[in-house]
Amino acid sequence: MRTSFTVNGTLRSLDLDPRVTLLDALREQLGLTGSKKGCDHGQCGACTVLVNGLRVNACLTLAVACDGDQVTTIEGLGAPDALHPLQRAFLTEDAFQCGYCTPGQICSAVGMLEEVAAGWPSQETQDLTGQVRLTDDEIRERMSGNICRCSAYPQIVAAIRSVAGEGV
Amino acid sequence: MRPFTYERAADAASAVKAAVEVPGARFLAGGTNLIDLMKLQIETPAHLIDVSRLPLARIEDTADGGLSIGAMATNSQVAADPRVRARYPVLVQAIVAGASPQLRNKASVAGNLLQRTRCAYFYDTTKPCNKRRPGAGCAALEGLNRNAAIFGTSEACIAAYPSDMAVALQVLDARVETLGASAQARAFALDELHRLPGETPHIETTLAAGELITAVVLPPPPEGAQLYRKARDRASFAGGLASVAVAGGRIALGAVALKPWRAARAEAALAAGAAPAEAMRAELEQARSAGRNDFKVALVERLGAATIQQTRGLA
Amino acid sequence: MNSVRDWAAPNPVTENRQGIIGKPVDRYEGPLKVTGSAPYAYEVQPPSPPAYGVMIPAAIPRGRVSRVDVTAAEAAPGVKLAWTHLNAPAQQDPPPDAPFLAPVARPALRSDRVMHFGQPVALVVADTLENAQAAAHLVEIAYETEPAEVDFAAAAPHATNPPGEPDVRMGDFETAFEAAPVRLDETWDTPIQIHCQMEPHATLAWWEDGKCVVHTSAQMVRLTQTGLANTLGIDRDDVLLRSRYVGGGFGGKGPFYEDLVLAALASRELGQPVKIAFSRQHMFHGTCHRPATSQRVRLAAGPDGRLTGMSMITVTHTDREGKFWERASNFSRSLYAAPNRLTGHRLVRLDLPMAGAMRAPGEASGMLSLECAMDELAERLGLDPLELRLRNEPDVDPETGKPFSIRQLTRCMREGAQMFGWDRRSPKPGQVRDGRWLVGMGMASAIRGNMLLPAKATFSLDVSGVVTVRQGMTDIGTGSYTVLAQIAAETVGVPLEDVRVEIGDSEFAPTPGSGGQFGAATAGSAAFAAGMNLRKAIGELGTGDPGSPLHGADPEQVTILGGVVAVGNRSERLAALIARAAPEGLTVEGEINPPSDMRDWSQHTYGAHFVEVAVDPVTGETRVRRMLGVFAAGRILNRKTARSQLTGGMIWGVSHALHDGAAVDPRYGSFVNPDLAQYMVPVQADIGELEAIMLDEADDKANPMGIKGVGELGIAGSGSAVANAIYNACGARIRDYPITPEKVMAAMMAQGL
Ligand SMILES: Cc1cc2nc3c(=O)[nH]c(=O)nc-3n(C[C@H](O)[C@H](O)[C@H](O)COP(=O)(O)OP(=O)(O)OC[C@H]3O[C@@H](n4cnc5c(N)ncnc54)[C@H](O)[C@@H]3O)c2cc1C
Ligand code: SF4
Ligand code: FES
Ligand code: FES
Repeated sequence: MRTSFTVNGTLRSLDLDPRVTLLDALREQLGLTGSKKGCDHGQCGACTVLVNGLRVNACLTLAVACDGDQVTTIEGLGAPDALHPLQRAFLTEDAFQCGYCTPGQICSAVGMLEEVAAGWPSQETQDLTGQVRLTDDEIRERMSGNICRCSAYPQIVAAIRSVAGEGV
Repeated sequence: MRPFTYERAADAASAVKAAVEVPGARFLAGGTNLIDLMKLQIETPAHLIDVSRLPLARIEDTADGGLSIGAMATNSQVAADPRVRARYPVLVQAIVAGASPQLRNKASVAGNLLQRTRCAYFYDTTKPCNKRRPGAGCAALEGLNRNAAIFGTSEACIAAYPSDMAVALQVLDARVETLGASAQARAFALDELHRLPGETPHIETTLAAGELITAVVLPPPPEGAQLYRKARDRASFAGGLASVAVAGGRIALGAVALKPWRAARAEAALAAGAAPAEAMRAELEQARSAGRNDFKVALVERLGAATIQQTRGLA
Repeated sequence: MNSVRDWAAPNPVTENRQGIIGKPVDRYEGPLKVTGSAPYAYEVQPPSPPAYGVMIPAAIPRGRVSRVDVTAAEAAPGVKLAWTHLNAPAQQDPPPDAPFLAPVARPALRSDRVMHFGQPVALVVADTLENAQAAAHLVEIAYETEPAEVDFAAAAPHATNPPGEPDVRMGDFETAFEAAPVRLDETWDTPIQIHCQMEPHATLAWWEDGKCVVHTSAQMVRLTQTGLANTLGIDRDDVLLRSRYVGGGFGGKGPFYEDLVLAALASRELGQPVKIAFSRQHMFHGTCHRPATSQRVRLAAGPDGRLTGMSMITVTHTDREGKFWERASNFSRSLYAAPNRLTGHRLVRLDLPMAGAMRAPGEASGMLSLECAMDELAERLGLDPLELRLRNEPDVDPETGKPFSIRQLTRCMREGAQMFGWDRRSPKPGQVRDGRWLVGMGMASAIRGNMLLPAKATFSLDVSGVVTVRQGMTDIGTGSYTVLAQIAAETVGVPLEDVRVEIGDSEFAPTPGSGGQFGAATAGSAAFAAGMNLRKAIGELGTGDPGSPLHGADPEQVTILGGVVAVGNRSERLAALIARAAPEGLTVEGEINPPSDMRDWSQHTYGAHFVEVAVDPVTGETRVRRMLGVFAAGRILNRKTARSQLTGGMIWGVSHALHDGAAVDPRYGSFVNPDLAQYMVPVQADIGELEAIMLDEADDKANPMGIKGVGELGIAGSGSAVANAIYNACGARIRDYPITPEKVMAAMMAQGL
């Protein structure tokens, strides 16, 4: 099936087997291997990318269903010589070890901060009708869709905190 | 995955038409349950009708002071809606207690309602399962059935239904609106959507072939405080061992039956002046556990009673 | 070097003139990892488009494949080959009785025998992943099932001492135990645990000029290279193995699996690159796991809290031909003083998947019993658990009588207690409430052995003054890239920016790789030796070069700092010297071989854990709120990456206490929870505030740099601290891990809570 979507600002057009997931389209057809496959079943978050600005699991997304969408992957956030603030913070805080969950964590964090800015509640949000205060517990809860078996969890919180600031 | 064809539905009516006419057709919403199962070839649709972009994502006030939630609204959208947050906090709490933020950004209201069980033996295709293959037997019955149901089970299937959102919708007396073959619209209580396993655990809902869920309608919120609590193996991103939704005098339970379980007996006992734990025990008289899930009886009693108490404190 | 004593002399690392050793520098390969541009095995771009392999796992625990039909699969779109034991290419068999992690053949699809659930029994290769996955479902397989023994609890009573491992006895434990006024005799159970590295095992292979090029996710380059060559029956040098980025190993990527062998074979057959990854589900059964244990601990003490007897007997299991078992009692031989001792292991063989090493093998399971037993004993004695440990601190290794190389366990405990606020702990359980939660504190000791193995390294210096480290080492998240760069910079005397590190390649100098927390010390010591050799070569070059201001000086007097070579006030830039005197650059080797007298000391890393948990008094759910670990692990090469290793290990301990556990369905010989939605590992929300402190230390008996491993220490004991805190919070003593909500709830109910 002919499918077109924008990846990191560039329109890509592919002839796709409908079975191809967005994750495999990125990794195997577009050479964008930054998005990782940890489970292929929505259970780990390693494949997290932003579709139309929202973080989603690319492994449970059919690529043909993305026709017309805007996809942002880790490669679209920054490059080794031009790091995104969150990439820089992950590096400084040592918020990763093996690095395999890391692109998903960073994409997830980007999406998460947008969600907080939009006032979306989480299970840590005590006052559902008020503003969201980005406490450390809020960061922890909101980043729980991304498993890190190396367990860089405290460092991930520190990295996100350093970008989000205290007052968010 | 088995090969399949894909179309993006143009409108609800043509989606239903295609679903009825194309053999092996299924609706695709967020895909977070269907694609998961297709990868394991537990689901093998020949054709997918993508309904996720249909204009069925609006959340609108109803004339009677309730809320109509479009079937394609994502879980995240529903939880973020200011009206839902103000009037139906139990629904927000239930949604954000489920899955992960990424999944909730994709998961739709209809898809969430129709998600299938997470019974381990259902997922393991090397094991017998009546739900996957009618008549094959049920590996959970005598197996490691820690996650199994305690209400409404049968000899054929003891699986539990895993949705969190549905438990809140159940306690809120939600109604489901659908569009059926020949463009027939109907509405019915959520309680009627899911079937208990009985002899036919593979038939899970009362929907007709090709029937499309278009909305979930909430009546005005009941008097009294609302609260959702879920016990689980880790602090987040884990299915429930049991969950409880309380809204006013109403109680619904999650992860204990093959449907969101309305604790009618507990409600009646509570209305008659029983203490919370006593009311929960009244409900649990009909519980039947299967071994590894025996603990759920005590857990539901304790969690139910505590949640009722806590809502009283909030009121 | 053949004596530990030679290490006592000062050297560039211990002097640390540039201050690079210990410095919390960012990860060397970090910019690549945070941008997704570090290619893991499956992601390497091969010279031509790859074909995709999918393996089919056996659906029975024991028996044989009685019938297999690949016709439908072969006829499916895009399929290039379908292999079973009937048509897989010939491979070599391993020699009998090869030890665990021996570099021996491991043939795939060898016969119709099924030895465990999930053993690959067929392979399908197709042009796309989707076609391969669909075709895999079309392979029809029938089995003849044989009775399988898979139930550890049922088999445990028949366990016997592992071959060649009699119990270790000192004094007369039984008599001491009978006579003791205060006694404890309890059994702790730990389940099978799964590594759950985030990167599934994967291999990409192709052939080039008769050589097999493989990119794979492996912890041990040389072992994997040799093992593959032996399986294929080719020269080791004809396997070019690369493992540049590894998405987590934790021991599970020590052995190699069918993805490697089948990708190599299929790419040879097809004349095309082939890649194969385990599915997440298949990993649970298709790779190795940490076996379950049942640990009986008996403690005998006088009223003063001094142990008069200590016994720890661990029952565990391995697979039919397994050479690995969890030596969970071993650590107890060096931890606490007690004159009468009895320790040992019992083993049963089961028809389960391969038992293997997992992060801190032995300690990770074993400390979950003894460190809780000490907590229970302290309570019986009316002593603070920390005080009980202090009273049983030995002067020398309690079993061997050897001196400790250095032991700062009590300092870890004392300083940790103070920082954590241990004195605020209520000795009586169930006393502290915070909102609806019951709050408690627990502590435990940490001990983990230290190892040094033989290894080599190559250093090259080029005309721009850049030092390149080349080593067949891996970085599985441990920080090898970074610490090797630091060692090179400080040893040679160049700025960190002037060091390049190339590892994960079988063409580089061999090391044992990553495992057993020996990685940094072992590979690092080889790098240190290479650095020293390079220094020497530079000194000789400069003093021997008529064009150098250093000409004629004593090479021994040459110093190198910040890329400047000097003798006294005569100096020049290193780059200038090389460009002039050795325009082709300098290349040297270095080597470490552990001296024989290393074993004269009892050598370990140590620590103490402090944890505060909250328990939901209704559901029994536990939340770790606060956790502190204080560690003594030799000289720290990089305070940032070492801390991450330690905090990661501590979280593994939390996981072992609360989450990890694969449940075997005895009817099927398979795990009932083989994916990441059902097998629990901690998520971000499970981990509260957590800190790891490293005490100043240098262990001059460990290696020339005085460094030790930190990768596994953090996990040792950390789960026990959690379990002890749960008891302190709510009075629930759960000796059956993981401590899931229903167990805590039942224990609270039994107390009327
Ligand atoms: C790892 C993981 C953890 C999870 N944890 C939780 C949890 O803790 N709690 C929880 O509640 N859920 C959990 N979920 C489930 C998740 O919430 C569901 O997958 C999701 O809600 C399904 O929504 P969807 O839109 O993606 O459905 P889809 O997968 O698109 O569809 C599901 C089913 O609904 C049908 N369908 C979709 N739309 C319609 C329609 N309009 N009319 C008729 N039929 C329709 C589809 O044909 C399909 O059969 C988890 C899922 C994963 C993968
Ligand atoms: S409980 Fe139901 S879903 Fe689970 S194995 Fe039995 S029949 Fe299948
Ligand atoms: S790979 Fe998508 S969630 Fe794990
Ligand atoms: S860094 Fe290894 S899994 Fe997160």
